[in-house]
Amino acid sequence: MANNRMMIKFFIASESIFFLMLILAYVNFHNSVTTGPTAKSSLDPYVTGIFSLFLLASSFTVWLAGKSLKNRNRSGLKLWLFATIVLGAVFIFGQAREWFGLFGRGITISSNVFGSTFFTLTGFHGFHVCVGLVMLSVLLGLTLAGDFKGPKSDAVECVSLYWHFVDGVWIVVFSVIYLWAFL
Amino acid sequence: MSSRIPIVPESTEPLPGLGENTGLLSWVASIDHKQIGIMYLIGTLIYFVIGGLEALMIRTQLAKPGSELLSPEMYNQLFTMHGTTMIFFVVMPFLIGVGVYLVPLMIGARDMAFPRLNALSFWLFAFGGVLLYYSFFTQSGAPDVGWFAYAPLSEKPFSLNNGPTYWALGLLVSGIGSLISGLNNVVTILTMRTPGMTMRRLPLFVWMMLVTSFLLVFVIPIITSAFVMLLLDRLLGATFFTPAFGGSAILWQHFFWGFGHPEVYILVLPAFGIVSEVIPVFSRKPIYGYEFVAGSTVAIGLLSLGVWAHHMFAVGLGNVANAYFSLASMLIAIPTGIKVLNWVSTMWGGRINFAVPMLFATAFIIEFVVGGLSGVAIASVPIDWVVTDSYFIVAHFHYTIFGGSLFAIFAGVYYWFPKFTGRMMSETLGKWHFWLTVVGFNMTFFIQHFLGVMGMPRRTYTYHDMPYWGSMNLISTIGAFIIALSVLVFIWNIIVSLRKGEPAGDNPWKAWTLEWATTSPPPVYNFKLVPPVRGRRPLWDLAHPDSPDEPDAKIVTEGPNG
Ligand SMILES: [Cu+2]
Repeated sequence: MANNRMMIKFFIASESIFFLMLILAYVNFHNSVTTGPTAKSSLDPYVTGIFSLFLLASSFTVWLAGKSLKNRNRSGLKLWLFATIVLGAVFIFGQAREWFGLFGRGITISSNVFGSTFFTLTGFHGFHVCVGLVMLSVLLGLTLAGDFKGPKSDAVECVSLYWHFVDGVWIVVFSVIYLWAFL
Repeated sequence: MSSRIPIVPESTEPLPGLGENTGLLSWVASIDHKQIGIMYLIGTLIYFVIGGLEALMIRTQLAKPGSELLSPEMYNQLFTMHGTTMIFFVVMPFLIGVGVYLVPLMIGARDMAFPRLNALSFWLFAFGGVLLYYSFFTQSGAPDVGWFAYAPLSEKPFSLNNGPTYWALGLLVSGIGSLISGLNNVVTILTMRTPGMTMRRLPLFVWMMLVTSFLLVFVIPIITSAFVMLLLDRLLGATFFTPAFGGSAILWQHFFWGFGHPEVYILVLPAFGIVSEVIPVFSRKPIYGYEFVAGSTVAIGLLSLGVWAHHMFAVGLGNVANAYFSLASMLIAIPTGIKVLNWVSTMWGGRINFAVPMLFATAFIIEFVVGGLSGVAIASVPIDWVVTDSYFIVAHFHYTIFGGSLFAIFAGVYYWFPKFTGRMMSETLGKWHFWLTVVGFNMTFFIQHFLGVMGMPRRTYTYHDMPYWGSMNLISTIGAFIIALSVLVFIWNIIVSLRKGEPAGDNPWKAWTLEWATTSPPPVYNFKLVPPVRGRRPLWDLAHPDSPDEPDAKIVTEGPNG
């Protein structure tokens, strides 16, 4: 039904505003850190950049999953959903690695405004990735159980739209946090 | 639909709803938009009584100078909870709830687009309020930092108690409910309209709900993010809004009012919608300038997003920013004024029937214009600098939210009560309610304009015996008790009318919109047959086949979305 797809689009619009506010908070404090860690002094753009590539790739695989659905290619759908989940999980692993590295150096959400804005923004993004992983896993489970015979499915299309959105948010977040500090 | 999600089966049986089983479970488990709407209305009535009692305690404390009846701490909790309750748990959910009940009926739909999400919205609202009020029973007491919880007062070093935490959590929860409701409304209105119900024929109440819902979708995330940051500050030691640790207190103000100003339009646009339904019916004329009412609403919705800092003139944002926000705010007077002209022109030359709904709608126009005029005054920076944080502001926003939204809400209750229950409300009690409200309201709040200009600050628990302040405050307090009396009459009217009100029939007001085409109360499935829609007043066209509103209109059998 058109309802579901319209719903997810407005939901994404609303979520965009939410992330916009978190990004605005980050931008607001970008130049006002006087003591303590900053993006430049504490982050590693290369490692995070590499893990970001996994998330970008997962947008491509979820698109392939949608294409497989359209062609009624069920093994393709299973494969590409699984690939998307793996790529997303690798990204989350990278983020966890980065976070625990920072914790190890005593950099937390309460360190200063950099810590507050950085962990809030990347944390909410990571949370959205995790929600997406749960939904993708549900889709994969249902596919394995025999659902989604194609050529259309609101569930697959909506989750895929959401996943592209989460990916798009990361491009902005990565640009604002990492590229701005290191370029 | 070529595929479906097995875990969420489409319902093939009728949804649980009215008439099948009237036990408590059929309400708690209901996903019927009418039952959920009624639960919203009952919930808001309860919160209205609680918020009203808080107001009475405030006014009792202020009845005479130097009063020590309430402690300053208690007083702070009361005005915070009064404001928060009336805005987030009375006016906003009432309008959402009445919308949930009426929108599907008005567009000829069976239910909302997402009935389960609809139920979720309601329960988030209900439990958000419980979470907020639970704070009264904790050791630390209720939140006491005002309804806009300015940082750094709402932050850890200044508020060591848990009040602001409960405040942010409760509003976060109910806010997500409102957001979901907004999404649900947008999709419902855009996709579920009956054949022939084009956007140009949409009842104006539905138009207003649509614009309001768009506002909900785009501004609730603003405050959600701010609540999240405040909670992280308070619970995990983040430093967003704590200047002592490098944060910014002004940022909270920007975020709060970025939501807070559009919020006042969320509170008043559906009220405009109610009035735009009531006035034509009781003037026996179609609305004057339908396009202007709908168009000016869209204009208000857009303008409202860019004027938030008129709440921050005293901060010192600089002359350029102040000038912009002042001018932009004054611009809103134009689309609002257009609406007032539309309503007055609709009444002009009509055969006006001053039944209770019409009395409230007419009073709404007058009281709201007073609130609008004081609003234009304080949109001017120098005037705002003089009266900001004084009782002038208190008077202003009570004229808009009480004189505006609440008067329209009362109009709506008297107008649609027959549809909700199948029984008419008592006109006699209704007129008592109306006149007591008008007298009590103006007595309470008009004088506060003068108190404000004389310099009485808001949010102080007591005051010195300045010339006239004691007697003026006493008048205001007496007015508040008259309002309390009017509310008792109102509740009594509801109880009496529910039990022995005259049977209403399908269409007691001879109205023209689709909700009156079905029985009162409507059956679970809403309509046996939705009447054909080929104009803005389907029931007029049905009753007067010789002189339809749009003589050239074809009867459409295919809906806008197939
Ligand atoms: Cu405002």
